[in-house]
Amino acid sequence: MTDIGHFKPKTVYVTYIAATPEAVFEALTVPAFTRQYFGGFAIDVAPRSGGAFRMLAPDGAVHIEGTVVDWSPPRRFVCTWKVVGMAETRALPECLVAYDIAPAGGCVRLTMTESHQWDVPDAILSGGRAGWPAILSSLKTVLETGKALSVKMEPPTEMLAALAALTR
Amino acid sequence: MTTKPTFVYVTYIAATPERVWEALTKPDLSAQYWFGYRVQADGKAGERMTAVNPAGRLAHDDPILESDPPRRLVYGWKPLYKDLPDERASRVTFVLEPFKGQTRLTVTHDDFDDGSKMFALISKGWPAVLSSLKSYLETGKGLEPTWDDEQRKRAGQA
Repeated sequence: MTDIGHFKPKTVYVTYIAATPEAVFEALTVPAFTRQYFGGFAIDVAPRSGGAFRMLAPDGAVHIEGTVVDWSPPRRFVCTWKVVGMAETRALPECLVAYDIAPAGGCVRLTMTESHQWDVPDAILSGGRAGWPAILSSLKTVLETGKALSVKMEPPTEMLAALAALTR
Repeated sequence: MTTKPTFVYVTYIAATPERVWEALTKPDLSAQYWFGYRVQADGKAGERMTAVNPAGRLAHDDPILESDPPRRLVYGWKPLYKDLPDERASRVTFVLEPFKGQTRLTVTHDDFDDGSKMFALISKGWPAVLSSLKSYLETGKGLEPTWDDEQRKRAGQA
């Protein structure tokens, strides 16, 4: 199993969803769901710790790739994560994305934690900090109404500028 | 470098800013998603924001600092429960931005002193309230309370 002790949490997003833990786990790990709320991207994951994880762009290109660190349905799904679909991010150390699903009252608390293994500047984190609320808001809407939000993301200009400065 | 604690939460809601504004400021609507709390915040700057808990007790009586419907609402924050940390008032800012008939709602809760104990409580509370607000506006039904034992006790204080 991948050692993840050196990853430090940098971005956390919590949302409560009127659904079962099983339904939330499915929405996170089944391509027919992720396509609806994750900018059209399809997850492709080998359902076991150590398995391969990828997010595929609508044209089939690999956008994100990594390795499953924890596959524990319906409570926890963790994978390493490298955005390979953008030249600017390919050289960065991979990060870690953890989804924790817990019953809370009559609904479910979903906690997304993005962790990093280097002293990543806030400007680079800004990309994820803008993206996660949109993605996870839409996931909640898909599960509760069957219909996604039409969230169009603006390019992460602050992150791209910081990445350009990093490689200069 | 010291950075004062600041809580920021963004959520996208399939409802117009006008509807989100109404839900944030009218007690009959807040009662349906804010776990029974009746929050009145439809006054002008200088008037009061009040919240009454499900047992009928006044839980907030704070100043409205800015009100620009349906775009921006700012109020003070000092809950009137005696078991909570005795800290000076902090500040809550709601910014509502329209997007294709939807709203991007950004809630910023700041103006805490370093080491604030209240900060940990509000960081836990807002995601639950704002998730329930989103559910209420999109499905007509708020979430069931996600309270812990202390929140449950406060909500029941008459």
